[in-house]
Amino acid sequence: MNASSEPVLSVEDLSVRIAGLHILQGVSFEVAPTGVTVLLGRNGVGKTTTLRAIVGLTPRGGEVRGSVRMGARSLLARPTHRLVRDGLGYVPEDRCVFAALTVAENLRLAERRGVTPAYDKVFALFPELERRGRQRAGSLSGGQQQMLAIGRVLLNDNRLLLVDEPTKGLAPKVVTEVAEVLERVAESVPVLLVEQNLAVVRRLATDAVVLSAGQVAWTGDARELLLETALTKSLLGVGSGSGEVHA
Amino acid sequence: MNTVVLLTLTGLGLAALYFLVASGLSLVFGLADVLNFAHGLFLGVGAYATWWASGNLPGAGPDGFGFVLAVVFGVLAGSFVAVLVELVLIRPLYSRTIEQVLVTVGLSLAGVALLQATWGADPRPFPRPDWSRDVTSVLGAQVPNAGLLLIVAAVVVLGALLAFLRWTRYGLIIRAGVENREMVTALGIDVRKAFTLVFAIGGAAAALAGALGGVYFGTVSPGQGGSLLIFAFIVVVIGGMGSVVGSAYAAVAVGLLQQFVNYYGTSGLGDLCVVGLLAVVLLLRPQGLAGKVAHA
Amino acid sequence: MTNSVVDAPPAQVPDELTPGRSRWHGLRPYLPLVALVVAAVLPYSTLNLPGIFEGPLNSPGTLQLLAICLVFGGLAAGYDLLFGRTGMLSFGHALYFAAGVYGTDILVTEAGLPLWQAAVLTVVGGTTLAALLGAVALRTVGIAFAMVTLAFAQVGAILVARDFGGLTGGEEGLPLDVSGLPPALVGVTNTVNLYWLALAYLAIVVLVVHRVSASPTGRVLAGLRDDERRIGVLGLDPYRFKLVAFTLAGGLASAGGVVYVLIVGGASPHITSSELTLSLLVMVVLGGPGTRWGPVLGGVLYMYLDHRLTAFGSSEAVNSLPAFLSRPLSQPLFVLGTVFILAVYFFPGGLASLRSRLTPVLTALRRPR
Repeated sequence: MNASSEPVLSVEDLSVRIAGLHILQGVSFEVAPTGVTVLLGRNGVGKTTTLRAIVGLTPRGGEVRGSVRMGARSLLARPTHRLVRDGLGYVPEDRCVFAALTVAENLRLAERRGVTPAYDKVFALFPELERRGRQRAGSLSGGQQQMLAIGRVLLNDNRLLLVDEPTKGLAPKVVTEVAEVLERVAESVPVLLVEQNLAVVRRLATDAVVLSAGQVAWTGDARELLLETALTKSLLGVGSGSGEVHA
Repeated sequence: MNTVVLLTLTGLGLAALYFLVASGLSLVFGLADVLNFAHGLFLGVGAYATWWASGNLPGAGPDGFGFVLAVVFGVLAGSFVAVLVELVLIRPLYSRTIEQVLVTVGLSLAGVALLQATWGADPRPFPRPDWSRDVTSVLGAQVPNAGLLLIVAAVVVLGALLAFLRWTRYGLIIRAGVENREMVTALGIDVRKAFTLVFAIGGAAAALAGALGGVYFGTVSPGQGGSLLIFAFIVVVIGGMGSVVGSAYAAVAVGLLQQFVNYYGTSGLGDLCVVGLLAVVLLLRPQGLAGKVAHA
Repeated sequence: MTNSVVDAPPAQVPDELTPGRSRWHGLRPYLPLVALVVAAVLPYSTLNLPGIFEGPLNSPGTLQLLAICLVFGGLAAGYDLLFGRTGMLSFGHALYFAAGVYGTDILVTEAGLPLWQAAVLTVVGGTTLAALLGAVALRTVGIAFAMVTLAFAQVGAILVARDFGGLTGGEEGLPLDVSGLPPALVGVTNTVNLYWLALAYLAIVVLVVHRVSASPTGRVLAGLRDDERRIGVLGLDPYRFKLVAFTLAGGLASAGGVVYVLIVGGASPHITSSELTLSLLVMVVLGGPGTRWGPVLGGVLYMYLDHRLTAFGSSEAVNSLPAFLSRPLSQPLFVLGTVFILAVYFFPGGLASLRSRLTPVLTALRRPR
């Protein structure tokens, strides 16, 4: 953790209960103001639940306790759309682009009143999106959909990006492309990333938080974690040498 | 031939009525997941408000511009009640689907009873322009003008709805919200404003159906909305929840099927065929002819 | 999704907080039995309750009203097997009740069968109908399921109203031909026997629902209500369990129809309407979904109010109010619908939760003395 500067996000004692199941049990960690903090752990350990709780999308009937702060502001109990307008960008698992809408319409949806959308920046990162403006998002390839999902979030300024498994189900070549893009994005905005692909993690991550059984099992410098094969193995159930993990 | 033309046009008239009710139901369900049993109430409010206006509102009347004014008043009243229902009763139960259904059920019972208490249970003659009682000769068939009026109104509403959905910012939000409401909020949009809007639109369309249905049937009664509502539900399910175009196709299919089978078969058989069509569609395509998957 | 409607019953208030109730505690398991005995001997009372009933308790008019209330108490308890205990929102339950009513009526009146044969055939037929339609409808879930059941019930309503084959009497309804019935069930003086029949029906439904929900199957149903995925994870097939509940509830409803047709002496098309199913839903929610006595209480009270509010509406007290108040108040459905909406907001547990909500208040009030 970059100890010198204030964290952009601090999660304290976060617990989530959904339909009687304790999915998170007192999770605490911080997200550094620069670089990529990666959230790791085996399948079903509560990584997606963590991101969704931060952005206020816990399903109804779910119970969220603890505190989540972005700067001085407490996030829990505020509606999702307000959090997002305050600069919390969210790229969900499985892309969630609007399949029936065109690419241009998907982007237009993210525009906000009084804010000039940064189309130049987005189209510079993803020239494909400009060319395919009139195409339906549902007919894009998985990689292109991922670009769209990231692109529409980048139209506005963000203080922090939450990105959930951006490379899931993509071909290896596309995985590399997505990783490259995220690397460039992370130069200007901090990212909290959930990622299963260790090659991508190795390339992007500066800090790591490892979840196990609904609790934080390890937190610290990402390179340190990846160097310790035994540690990685015990925490993630994989050897860090294997490169890629299939979710 | 004459009979076929007549049946087709009266069937389309019926379809127009279904569409006006179903389009709002479909949008409300598609966007907000609210199965609105009170939608028939909006229809009743529209019909009675039009009826009241033509007798009491200055400038309004049963004919000419006065009739237009009365209908506009009825539509506004239906829309107003729908917005009120959304803001006061539905919104506090946001995303609690079952409770929302229960509230609309209670509202449909209480609302119809209130109409009945105010204006009596018996049908009242509806004030309508003289020309609406006449028939027009179409390809040799004598078609009631009131039916043609319904068809024209439904086509205009369909066009306006599609233009609204396609070209406006709120239309875009509604289309996106039907697909994935959660993701709309995750882009920083307060989707609940769109809920109020679809209630307003749905209430207005249903109220128009009430007013023009009054012209078509010649009477207005408190329970009118209820019987139409069930077929409108069927149209919504067949058409795919959240799809305006799907509702239009399904309304035409249901209206024509009902009219033709009821004429050539036994009376009432057409209604049964409609339910049969619903069962077939559900078994073959659980998501309806168009639109999103009908989920819980 | 239904969690919030069907809240778990609040934890019992510890005994030490409710002085004076400990003596009751030993008796509590027998209370239903006591209530049953009281209800059974009630027709021997000539008590007059002015305002509450029009005649003395043992007058035929009062007994008929009570019998109807009891049948609907049973119907609501059966419907709760779907809504409160399994979390299925069916809008077509009226169909199986109507099948019981019209089935019995047609078999007795048109086919001239003896009552017991007609009753057995009707209940078997109603149960089979529920099994067949349930098998199709349960391919959908949630709101889509609600719509499909609504549409199926609408077919029943159409069939009855259009009078195919001249069997149902159409809009006029079909009066029951009483000439072939057992004499003990016919005539105004024998209303008391119908009352007992209705009471027996209610007792049987409550017993069946109670036994089912206490059984392993019942625990699976409760699991389906709370979270269907978890049942799937356990390797159990939700579809089969839901179909069992649906079929059983349908069978109970058609049995209720058999009793009802005897009490009112005929069938009329309004019992096929979706409004009847909606009232069942109102009864269950008002009473307390998923509780043993809530739906029964809700059903009895709803039917009582539905009948008596008409009299209340035309009473002096209401008529002396200004028109904008007296007119809506003379509509039972307006009053019941409004109460229902308020109940959804403020009493999600229904009547059954009232006591546990009031107990802390009463205790707090009592303590200073």
